Amino acid sequence: MDIFGIPSPAFFGQVLLGLINGSFYAVLSLGLAIIFGLLNIINFAHGAQYMLGAFAAWLGLNYLGVNYWLALLLSPLLIAALAVVIERTMLRRLYQLDHLYGLLLTFGLALIAEGIFKNLFGVSGQSYEAPELLQGGVHLGFMFLPLYRAWVVVAALTVCLVAWYVIERTSLGATLRAATQRPDLVQALGINVPVLVTATYATGAALAAFAGVLAAPIQQVNPVMGSNLIIVVFAVVVIGGMGSILGSIVTGLALGVIEGLTKVFYPEASAVVIFLIMVLVLLVKPAGLFGKQA
Amino acid sequence: MKLKHIAQAAALSALLATSAQAQVSDGMVKIGVLTDLSGTYSDLAGAGAVLATRMAIEDFVAAEKPSFKVELVSADHQNKGDIAANKAREWFEKDKVDVATELVTTSVALAVQKIAKDKNKIALMSGPGSTAITNENCNDVSVHWTYDTYALANGTAKAVTQAGGKKWFFLTADYAFGHALEKDASDVVKANGGQVVGTVRHPFPGTDFSSYLLKAQSSGAQVIGLANAGGDTVNAIKQAAEFGITPKQSLAGLLMFITDVHALGLKTAQSMFLTEGFYWNLNDETRAWSKRFFAQHKRMPTMVQAGQYSSVMHYLKAVKAINSDDTAKVMAQMKKTPVNDFFARNGKIRDDGRMVHDMYLLQVKKPAESTSPWDYYHVKATIPAVEAFQPLSASRCALIKK
Repeated sequence: MDIFGIPSPAFFGQVLLGLINGSFYAVLSLGLAIIFGLLNIINFAHGAQYMLGAFAAWLGLNYLGVNYWLALLLSPLLIAALAVVIERTMLRRLYQLDHLYGLLLTFGLALIAEGIFKNLFGVSGQSYEAPELLQGGVHLGFMFLPLYRAWVVVAALTVCLVAWYVIERTSLGATLRAATQRPDLVQALGINVPVLVTATYATGAALAAFAGVLAAPIQQVNPVMGSNLIIVVFAVVVIGGMGSILGSIVTGLALGVIEGLTKVFYPEASAVVIFLIMVLVLLVKPAGLFGKQA
Repeated sequence: MKLKHIAQAAALSALLATSAQAQVSDGMVKIGVLTDLSGTYSDLAGAGAVLATRMAIEDFVAAEKPSFKVELVSADHQNKGDIAANKAREWFEKDKVDVATELVTTSVALAVQKIAKDKNKIALMSGPGSTAITNENCNDVSVHWTYDTYALANGTAKAVTQAGGKKWFFLTADYAFGHALEKDASDVVKANGGQVVGTVRHPFPGTDFSSYLLKAQSSGAQVIGLANAGGDTVNAIKQAAEFGITPKQSLAGLLMFITDVHALGLKTAQSMFLTEGFYWNLNDETRAWSKRFFAQHKRMPTMVQAGQYSSVMHYLKAVKAINSDDTAKVMAQMKKTPVNDFFARNGKIRDDGRMVHDMYLLQVKKPAESTSPWDYYHVKATIPAVEAFQPLSASRCALIKK
């Protein structure tokens, strides 16, 4: 059976690949959405935090013998700690100002991080091997699925769902959301809002680092790996609706699939298709697919 | 007595006059290295190319004791033609730069080549790959030194096709360079009795190639030709291994540098064929130079960096030989003199600006075969200078009369 003129096995293969890439978009855009939704900061350092996460894993493996599984935990923690420093010393001075200032600051930080790593490691990138447990793959009948890619989807979706659940369905999440609406009132109830805000930024950064560690065995660990991706992820967030948690997850996965299918039917357009969708969505629903009208 | 004085004075002034005619302007030769210092190509050219230039200047001054000074300036062109063009113009007009060198990235090379012609200065190109430099765009002030897409396709595609890899699928970067590489390689494949069963063009730069690789897998091709460069090639090779495409189908990297192999590691890159104009571990001479380079750069030189040294040295020797930095005279001297150094064997600059020299068909070693760091290649064949590059009979350069 053919679907749109290509054999169905090939078609399902491509949908699956799209889902895998979509998982990365989902984790990254989720982090951005959390930071924007709760802090009103457009975190342009997100790509750099993703890159730093991958590098932390690589450095850990090569210099300290930290294996992949440990890195999956430690690397996000490390980047979260860095994020705490950034938030405490710099970002918090900008909350009262226009979005543009936060954007410029985080963009500058991203450039600095990228520059330092380019200087130290060059641009060719470093190889990071998938852990032994996840090497090899399975034949699904319609395609060969590397075990590692299957793991990526499972890990990414789990993290996304947990994040969504915490923010939308627990009392901690409710407090967080309240703190973004009326920080003064929440503070008056005896809750330490600045700490909540710091923790939120750190969580967003940790999600980026987590995606970075997930990506390390798939592509070269490279100082520019984040900046190649960040613009697409921003488009995903805009399409999903700035600040919408569920929106960013669903849109991330869906756009991964759409991009994947574009690679089959008209590969030359695969780099622009997401932006085309962004334009269309903004024309029809300016707040994004899942965004609340301001 | 008086007469003798006059005669002496006349002789002296005549001497002064001739030396004033043929001399190096301002008593100084200024070499500009315009390269990618921060982007995709900064590992294969970049700071290493600046270092190679400095080494060439130091070696030249120490060995030849020239009567003129040699200065070095460098700038980052960020792989953008317009930035490169502005910098080159500024160098030639204001800063008394005599020669712009390296010029990786085809768009940069094509732009600077034209400005050099306008300003009557010289462009020495080591990093860029397009054959357009010595064809449609050729002029009499440019030299294309290290390699080009024709030589690479000719080396790798020919060897792989002749070894039985008849059915090819191309994974091509969707811009001028990728298209040129794909075209040159397909021509070679077909000329050697092979066929091209499919091609896919991916946006540049890309990170995930699995969709395209899946297509290549189902195409039934024996060989997947990678008509891309840098990070794209590296990620494609890595993911081909991940999806179990290699070793069932083999990969041919049409533009790969030793830095790419280093980044991939031998386990992933093993057994691939590639063509280069230089390999540090060829002989005693290449090893001696490369070890000096390594001592300062902590990485072995790419062919672009070694070629950069070679081209700058050849230029400086030409200036010294005729004691002039006049563009036309230096170009004539450079073309007249064969190039034989640690980099180039049987080198010669043709009228289209192509420096032809022996190229090497290499195969990446298996991890167990590598005995020392950076020991990465088996040299499978030396492709003689006369065969390695596009023949003048096929030239599209206006300077070549047919």
